[in-house]
Amino acid sequence: MSISSAPPKPPSADDAGFKKELVTLIPHLRAFARTLTGDPTAADDLAQEAMMKAWDARASYQMGTNMKAWTFMILRNQFYSEKRRSWRQTQLDQEAAERTLVAVDDPEAPVALDELRQALKTLPEEQREALILVGAGGFAYEEAAEICQCAVGTVKSRVSRARKALQATLERGGYGRDGKAAGDAMRSILADADRLSGAGRD
Amino acid sequence: MIDSKDTSPRPDAPASKDQGLEEVRLRQQAIGVKLRHMFDQVVNEPVPDEFLDILRRADERASTKEGQ
Repeated sequence: MSISSAPPKPPSADDAGFKKELVTLIPHLRAFARTLTGDPTAADDLAQEAMMKAWDARASYQMGTNMKAWTFMILRNQFYSEKRRSWRQTQLDQEAAERTLVAVDDPEAPVALDELRQALKTLPEEQREALILVGAGGFAYEEAAEICQCAVGTVKSRVSRARKALQATLERGGYGRDGKAAGDAMRSILADADRLSGAGRD
Repeated sequence: MIDSKDTSPRPDAPASKDQGLEEVRLRQQAIGVKLRHMFDQVVNEPVPDEFLDILRRADERASTKEGQ
């Protein structure tokens, strides 16, 4: 507590609550940023900027509303405005692509994850973000629509197209990894998902 | 513990129309599981200290301003 002459307006209590909630969202902001940028370093820069933007805008946030969706929207806006400015010139190089969402702590599952990462990159940006928000981020269609500032129906159709395209890409297995036959990508994902959900059930 | 690899579906097996639909559903489910897993792996990474440092400094700036 800072003790000073005149007690300031009471926002410090609100600020503390806001900060506490914001801190719990940092891991999610990092994950979302990584799917957008495709690069862990750029993603952390983006997540930090978004975190600070959220902090600076805390007065406009209504406590009790969905803070996760609110911060994701800030992050997404930040990404697209910066991208328009500068990130277009730093096209994803192969090295950066390989560092994307690296599965360092799961040596059992690297193949399927890598296949999925590669396949995700082939999706149009708006389909990828919609699929990530709904399929991985745990957002309802309505929340994802708010984050992307588009209609709910648009999100639904983007997610649906993304799912179909992803499956087609994985079944085609068209990126010749380690000279494996087509279809191996989907097979490893099936086997791996089986293992993961089996572990979850147990 | 279970090793469910042996029971994993065979995507190359010939399928009737119903089996085909079931297969699509299974595959979409598997992709969903992997997608969440991929995202959660980043969520579960330890947060770099930098994040909290930046926030703490901003918080200090805010309370200094208020205190003046």
